[in-house]
Amino acid sequence: MATTALRPAARSGTGIYEWLTTTDHKKIGILYMISSFVFLAIGGLLALGVRAELAQPGLQFLDESTYNQLFTMHATIMIFWVIIPFLGAIGNYVVPLQLGAPDMAFPRINALSFWLIPFAGIIVLSGFVLGGAADAGWTAYPPVSSIKYSPGPGMNLWIMGLILIGTSSILGAVNFLVTIFRMRAPGMTLFRMPILTWTVLVTAVLVLMATPVLTSALIMLFIDRNFGGSFFDPATGGSAILWQNIFWFYSHPAVYIMVLPAMGVISEILPVFSRKPLFGYKAFVFATAGIGALGFSVWAHHMFTTGGVFLPFFSIMTFFIAIPTGVKMFNWVATMWRGQLIFSTPMLFAIGFLSMFLIGGINGVFSAPVPVDYAIHATYWIVAHIHYVLFGGSFLGIMAGLYFYFPKMTGKMLDERLGKIHFVLMYVGLNLTFMPMHLLGLSGMPRRIADYSPTAGWNDLNLIATIGGFTIGASLLPLLWNIYISLRNGKAAGDDPWEANTLEWATSSPPPAWNFDRLPAITSERPLFDARHGRSGKDHA
Amino acid sequence: MSALTPAAHETSHAAGRGKKGLGNPVLGMLLFIVSEIMFFAGLFAAYFNLRTSTGTWPPAGNGAFELHGEILFPAVMTSLLVLSSVTCQFAVWRIRAGDRKGMNRALLATVILGVIFLCGQAYDYTQLGFGIADGVFGSTFYVLTGFHGAHVLGGVLMLSVCLYRGGLGQFSAEHHDMVEATSIYWHFVDVVWILLFTLIYIV
Repeated sequence: MATTALRPAARSGTGIYEWLTTTDHKKIGILYMISSFVFLAIGGLLALGVRAELAQPGLQFLDESTYNQLFTMHATIMIFWVIIPFLGAIGNYVVPLQLGAPDMAFPRINALSFWLIPFAGIIVLSGFVLGGAADAGWTAYPPVSSIKYSPGPGMNLWIMGLILIGTSSILGAVNFLVTIFRMRAPGMTLFRMPILTWTVLVTAVLVLMATPVLTSALIMLFIDRNFGGSFFDPATGGSAILWQNIFWFYSHPAVYIMVLPAMGVISEILPVFSRKPLFGYKAFVFATAGIGALGFSVWAHHMFTTGGVFLPFFSIMTFFIAIPTGVKMFNWVATMWRGQLIFSTPMLFAIGFLSMFLIGGINGVFSAPVPVDYAIHATYWIVAHIHYVLFGGSFLGIMAGLYFYFPKMTGKMLDERLGKIHFVLMYVGLNLTFMPMHLLGLSGMPRRIADYSPTAGWNDLNLIATIGGFTIGASLLPLLWNIYISLRNGKAAGDDPWEANTLEWATSSPPPAWNFDRLPAITSERPLFDARHGRSGKDHA
Repeated sequence: MSALTPAAHETSHAAGRGKKGLGNPVLGMLLFIVSEIMFFAGLFAAYFNLRTSTGTWPPAGNGAFELHGEILFPAVMTSLLVLSSVTCQFAVWRIRAGDRKGMNRALLATVILGVIFLCGQAYDYTQLGFGIADGVFGSTFYVLTGFHGAHVLGGVLMLSVCLYRGGLGQFSAEHHDMVEATSIYWHFVDVVWILLFTLIYIV
């Protein structure tokens, strides 16, 4: 590393002021991650409150009103302040590096996107101390969310917080798209971009086209609640179903916003730890774009039982969207097939993602036929499905990305033994929690209830789910301890500890503020592999 | 890293310099407008949904809803806004030709026309015989025109910043991405208003 000596010594690079005012995409990525961990703790405690109450029939710890606030805020925080920003953290840190770019296209807008998140979070959570947080469920269906049935300030604060975090997402999406279209290094053609960057691109398009629609719905709800509007109030000519249509037009694509970048992370990890190229690179790109496009045509499968939507169309589109997802699953398994598998912690979480997301896909497409949907609508089956997708899928993908990119972000390796303890606890815990919910749903237990009959036969399954929930909570302790001790005295990572394929591993760990002193020639989607094996061909400079 | 050096080249090229096509701010504005289109699409979707399910439109029972007869004032305002799009584009053409003075004059005219439109809208609001709480007609009218007005205000602020920077001589024939981006936004706001005007006062 002859170039190291040429770098100016790090000055004032670590002070608090530097972090508060930074426009460096890597520091902003780490800020995103820290914020996501804080909100993960909050959202996790809310979930444990819900599980503690449901462990046995009767009301032990909470009254119904508090229970409603807990499950509403759990979903809101986990979706908007944990999963999406966690993926934003990985995207922010990694995408410019993967493109060979020095930063995002609009660094100051990038900082604004981040800082909106904690402030919006404080607004939403402040409901708890200002007379009750939002309690209409994260879907906020009118009339439950109307001023009549949610009179407190919590619902208004919820609307304001969501509009702000939506704005943060939209600005981030514009930033990612301009970065990807305009900031690629020479030789980095679109079809040489790493899959993670491709998934971020499609996700940004989804955010750009779906999130503003949610903003419009939230504004109309706000007008209804505070200025006597009648958008969603049938008594004055409005339509409650209108809210559901507009809300789900955003919130179904939002599921793909939450899972596509996690798929991208997995697609970076599996080839590296299988010592093979990704199987079917182009098929993967087109499957991602296909999921993005089809994602806008399935929203009403959340509304079958309203009787207000065209059932056959939305049912069959829901089946269709399983096809590109199946293509991806095939590609991942084929990537591992006959590879030299290395079971490091990132790989364990990636395989965990594959197995759990497979269940989340199957129990989702199982819900697509209209008669089945009528039977399981708003039961714990749906709760099981969404958690296998968002926890078993997105969150395990995020954890895989955390273990994979931690060495690049900090220059230190995470401890493998603690990582494996974390993985086993989390994997067992999540199955203990969410597998019984399938049975609860099939036997008719509705979601969003604080109490249930002791003779309904749901006692044991609920107790198991609660034990699983606390196991998940406990599984985060080895992770936090791991991060702490690894930052203090972890093994030095070096530039490329995993012998990976993509450009982010071509620079030092952590990278300098300007990212790259030199770039290898880019003649394929695996420039580092090419450089290691002398396959770069002609230098395009 | 040293293994990579033989096939490496300077990263200065990686900054996106020397590329042809849209500048980053212009592309960013175009993408942002995609999100704005979707925002208004949500509001318009609600409008169409409520309008078709109401039966007669405007809803019977309130004479103040009959806006078709009061088209003159909004039509004048509409033509002023369309004119402001022309002056805005004129500003872009002037700075492309390197004419800073011409750009500043055209921008000033655009800002003035935008402010007149906003004042006209505020005056119009005081003259209407219904409020936002008067059923779906009132709610959709004020939310659609109100959020359009908010966008006009945003556009006027952006144009004012352009004008201020133009007065400082910060734009040239080569470097005026902000003027280009602002004019695209202003045209978009104009198009939204033409749609709104047609829906509310004519159809």
